[in-house]
This record gives sequence, structure tokens and C-alpha cells, in this order.
Amino acid sequence: MARKSRLHIPHPPARPGDRPDFGYVEISEAGEVDRPEVNSRVKHMESLAHDMVRVLDDQHAALGPWNPHLDTHELQIALRYLVLSRVFDERMLRMQRQGNISFYMQSTGEEAVSIGAAMALQPSDMLFPSYRNSGLHFARGRNPVDLMCQCLSNSKDMCKGRQMPIMYHWARGKIFSISGNLGTQFPQAVGWAMASAIKGEDAIAAAWLGEGSTAEADFHHALTFAAVYQAPVILNIVNNQWAISTFQGFAGGERRSFAARGPGYGIASIRLDGNDLLAVHAVTRWAAERARTGNGPTLIEHVTYRAAAHSTSDDPSRYRPKDEWRSWPLGDPIERLKRHMIVQGDWTEARHDKLVADVRELVDESWKEALTHGSMTEGPFLDKYELFEDVFKDIPTHLISQREQMLGFEED
Amino acid sequence: MARMNMIQALNSAMDLMLGRDPDVVIIGEDVGYFGGVFRCTEGLQRKYGEHRVIDAPIAEGGIIASTIGMGVHGLRPVAEIQFADYIYPGIDQIISELARLRYRTAGDFFAPVTIRAPCGGGIRGGQTHSQSPEGIFSHVCGLKVVMPSTPYDAKGLLISAIEDDDPVVFFEPKRIYNGPFDGDPDKPATAWSSHPKGEVPDGYYSVPIGRAEVVREGEDVTILCYGTMVHVAEATAARSEVDAEIIDVRSMVPLDVGTLTKSVEKTGRCVIIHEATRFSGFGAELAATVQEECFYYLEAPITRVCGWDTPYPHAFEWEYFPGQKRLAAALDQVMSA
Repeated sequence: MARKSRLHIPHPPARPGDRPDFGYVEISEAGEVDRPEVNSRVKHMESLAHDMVRVLDDQHAALGPWNPHLDTHELQIALRYLVLSRVFDERMLRMQRQGNISFYMQSTGEEAVSIGAAMALQPSDMLFPSYRNSGLHFARGRNPVDLMCQCLSNSKDMCKGRQMPIMYHWARGKIFSISGNLGTQFPQAVGWAMASAIKGEDAIAAAWLGEGSTAEADFHHALTFAAVYQAPVILNIVNNQWAISTFQGFAGGERRSFAARGPGYGIASIRLDGNDLLAVHAVTRWAAERARTGNGPTLIEHVTYRAAAHSTSDDPSRYRPKDEWRSWPLGDPIERLKRHMIVQGDWTEARHDKLVADVRELVDESWKEALTHGSMTEGPFLDKYELFEDVFKDIPTHLISQREQMLGFEED
Repeated sequence: MARMNMIQALNSAMDLMLGRDPDVVIIGEDVGYFGGVFRCTEGLQRKYGEHRVIDAPIAEGGIIASTIGMGVHGLRPVAEIQFADYIYPGIDQIISELARLRYRTAGDFFAPVTIRAPCGGGIRGGQTHSQSPEGIFSHVCGLKVVMPSTPYDAKGLLISAIEDDDPVVFFEPKRIYNGPFDGDPDKPATAWSSHPKGEVPDGYYSVPIGRAEVVREGEDVTILCYGTMVHVAEATAARSEVDAEIIDVRSMVPLDVGTLTKSVEKTGRCVIIHEATRFSGFGAELAATVQEECFYYLEAPITRVCGWDTPYPHAFEWEYFPGQKRLAAALDQVMSA
């Protein structure tokens, strides 16, 4: 007799060929959500884990208590970084398609999550990114050439060819290394923040992971340790709706927001419109002040949408409606900030076109410069014998001997 | 100099390092107020404060991960995993993160973490309090792996581990915490006070990681061992007519190949003994190394004496434990070959 399973299997609202349906995304009105004092008790602000902090309304005005009141200059900088992030991604995707790099991951549609946060933090704060946070590098002033050299695994690759493309790091810029094992950076960031507190320093840590990775034990370790030690850390969940082919329901998002996990741990938790740079900036600044003043960690859920494929190895048309992003109710973060600046009278379409053209030129020039340090086929190349270095601080005898073995094969 | 058991020696090492280096912190389950279930951190929180000797939630993955973050931020953390058997929830953070952070960042980031973990059986701990997982970690590139067999080495090696800029997994054979157990459970326990290496300097010294030690010289056969098995080997050799040379490997990674091969070249025979299971155990690496380096000196096949390839059974501990009888039989076997 055939068995009849009663197991619940989550289903996304739309599959290929269906009409996109984002009716499940609960959205608050811009300006509607209260902004508590940074030292508020967690139990007095639990509604923030369910509501959605939004500053920009549908008419592109900035409203309410979370408006960070960025000045014109800051807005222009933010817009430039957003555009740089997108243009960089477009260029690198093309380079991957042409076979110039082996792999790439775009941040398309969720650029504000990185740019808004990085601009609200101090340079001494340590960032623990996931793989869709390259905007953190741009917002900290990193030369795009450095990132391109990493993607090319060329002679100037900061990882010396040891990591896949986009798994950047930047010690001087205080941006940690990206791991392919998801979520591992979350409890590490908490440890960094604990050390900062132990040393009596002001610097805080911030970490990012996708909503899919909240299912990993590391996420829960991070929340436990952050809560127990009241670590000065900001823990960001980037809920971009998709973890490769599984929608956010498969990480447990069907009945409750991801931010709602925080109050259970005793952690201040805020859900926000991740495509609203002003909301990201304001909430990050609030969380940073809370952490820096000894009031503990904050969990932030950035509601956004992964507009591009998971990676260049992925084809999302196999599992979600092709044009789903166009129906995303929170729009495009770049377009929204741009419209806001135009509405405010700080910006024009002509200036925007000029900005995009300037950034494209910068990215073109950067690519040319990156290639002077080598490509996958043309030198200069990395020294392959360095593959034995940095396993340990000092190279041990068994690795010296293996290096000699490899050298012997080269001489044949 | 003072008479110390291994627990006191480890405590002395941590006490000393906490005193010498403000960046040293200790974190683990029950390590703080209580001083550890095996008492290794007793009194340290009282002396150095609860911000340096930190009680942790029961989450080994979180303990390891947080020490990585602390290490990246310039601290020199010592994590205690209450039993080596409990290390597995932290294994992704150890293998994928801690061990490879320096490599994947080309030296830009590293975390000088020491992970202490009591290992081994003979304490009626059953299959979740008796394991010897050194072979799992020696297989991971980027980790140093050590196991002392005496109080003197325990203190000196732990100081080296804490000072090391590479991550070190430090296994403590808990059956010999209080005395040099020779594998005979029916004999009255002996204390470290009568053992020459129970004499431990009060102050600073170190035992370098990556050096094996010849603990008994002999002509007939080389016994490669570490941890509790060093004492099993010594007792077996003392009773045997076979003149065994005993080498305490002490450090699995890096392995002191020179000391091992020099001995086997002299004796022409080699028996490897460890408490961990045999299949793909660290003994296989030792056997392969000896075979590669000393093949033309060998007069008999290399033999391994190990824990059986089963979980560590609670009721049949002494049937499982590779004790003197099994080692003596192996010595006879290689001598008669």
C-alpha cells in the first residue's frame, strides 16, 4: 500500500513560468517604525524584529525617526559606491563569461546592504563579510584593481592564488577573509568583539551571512556567545530570499522573520528594508552606538532580493520566475537612492549618467591595470613554489621536501 | 623544582603564561570559577580574573570560533575542550577555518590558538569519554598536534604551544594525569612523585614542538609510542628479554622523522603502539614513514599494536586497551621474524 506522507515541505510562491508573488513579504510604511534609545531593553523593542524599518517612501522622500539625515556629499559618495559595486559586478561577470576568470558572484540588487553599513561604521571596526559583500571593500576605499587581481589569481593576488575569485580579504582595511564554508565568520566576529571588549577598546565587529546560512550551527553559536558576553558586535542576516535554489522558507522563514530569532537569545533585533540605503545606514549606526556604549549586540535582518544568479555556475531560470526581480516590492537600491537625491534637488539624470560613465571608465582602466599584473594565461604569474608557504608560519621540513619533489618534476 | 602531577604541570604552564603575557586568555566549559572538571585551571580565574579565564557556554563550535576571532584580534587564546570526544562540534572551525586561515590569506591573518583536550581511555569513560582522535587532526594541514606523556613535557610543550603562532591541538592523556599508568589496572596506582619527569621547574622553560625523545635506549627493536603508551612500553620493556629502544613521539605534527629513523636504522625492527583505533590511525603514518625511510634496514615487517577498530567499550575497557601483553606479543613477533 502506498504511504501517505504528512511531512510539510516548504514551497516558494512561484516557480519558473509562474507569476512572481511576493505577497508573503510583510512591509511597513516608511517612517512608521519607532526608533528606541540605543540602551533600550530587548523586551521593550521586540516589535522591531517583525516590522520593517524603512526611510525612503514610494515618492522617494526620507521619512521618520530613522532618517539618518545624510548630507549631500555623503549621499553622493554612497551612490558612487553603489554604482561602482554594480558596474564592477557587470564587468567581472562578462570577464568570467569570456573565460578570463574562473568564477564570479554578483551582489546585484543587494548593494545597499554593504555600502550603507560600511559607511555607518568606523574605520577601526572589523568587518567579517560573506561572499556577497564586496561593497564593504569599495566603501572602505579599496582599489578595484586589488579585487580584480584576486579574481585573476595573478601575481598581485592578495591570496596568492589560494582562494576562488571574490574570496577577498584586506588586513589593513580591517576586512576579514571570506570562507567557502558558510556562516563560519559569524561566531568568529563575536570572538573578535569579545577580544575588543577584553582589551577595553572601542572598536566593534560586524558580520554578514545569508538567510540560508542561519540554519548552520555557527549562526546559533554566534547568537549565544554574543548574548552571553554582550559582545560589541553587529550580526547581519542578508535575507535575499534565495539560497541557490532553495527559497527562504527552507531556512525556516515561512512563519517568522529571521530577525525574530534574536529576541529569543536576548539580542536586540531589527528587520529593515535592505534596498533602502538610508535605513541600512541608520540602523547600523544605531547598532554600532549600542555596541560601543556597552549595551550589547544587535541582530539585523536586511530584507532584499538576490537579483543575479547565485554564482556563475548557477542558472536561476531553472527554479524561479525569470523576471522575478522586476516584481520585487522593495525595488532597486540604486534607483531608489538616485530618485531620492533627484527629488531632494541634489542630483539630476545628467549627473547620474556622468557618474555611471566615470565609474565605467574607472573599472575599464582598473581591469587594464590588473592585467598588467598577469592573467590566467599570461604572466607575470605567481611563484608556484609559494604554494607550500603559509601552511605554517615557518615552513617545516616535510613541506620543504615536498617542494623539492615538485621542483624535480618541473625540471624533467 | 617541584614535584607535580600532570594536572599541576599544565596548571603551572597556564599560570605562568597568563602572568607573562596579558594577551593570553583561557576559555572553556567549567574552566573559570570551578577550575575545570579535571582541575587543570584551578585557581587561575581567582588569580587572573574572569575576563582572562572565561567560563563558556556548552558549544565547542562556538568556543573554537570565538578563539579564532580573539586570535585574529591579537589575543593568544587557550581553549579547553572538556573531553577530546567533545571536539567534533568544533571540527569545521578547526579544519576549515583555524588550520587554514594563514594559508588562505597568504599570511595576512592568523590565529595563535591552543586547543587543549583530555584524551584516551582507561577511566571507565565509555565510548564518549575515551577517544584518542589525534589521527584526525594530524591529517589536517596547518595544525600542529602534540601529546605529552609526563608532567615535565606537559608543561614545557604547553608553553611552546601557547607561544606558537600556529594553531596547536594539545592532547592530554587523562589516564596519566595523576600518575604514570603502565597499562595494568590491577596494580596499585603510582604517583608522579616517584617519576623523574614528575620533577618540574616552577618557572619558565619550554619543550620544543616537533622533537621526539628517546626514553629508553635499546638495540633489538624500536617502539614508537606517545601518551599513555609510553609507560606501557617502558613497563613491557622492563620485563622483556628484548632490548627495546623506546621513542616518545610527543609531536605528531611536525613529526621528528630523524629521531625515529635513526633508531630504526640501528635496531632494524619497529613496533608502533597507540591507543587510538588502528585503521587509518596515526600509526599508519608512522609505519609508512619508517618503511619509506628505513626499508633496507628492516629485518622484520613493521607491526602495529592499537585500539581495536571498534568504539571504546565501557565494560570491556581492558580487552580494548593495548596493554603490556599485546605489546610483548608484538615484540616477540618482530624478533622471531
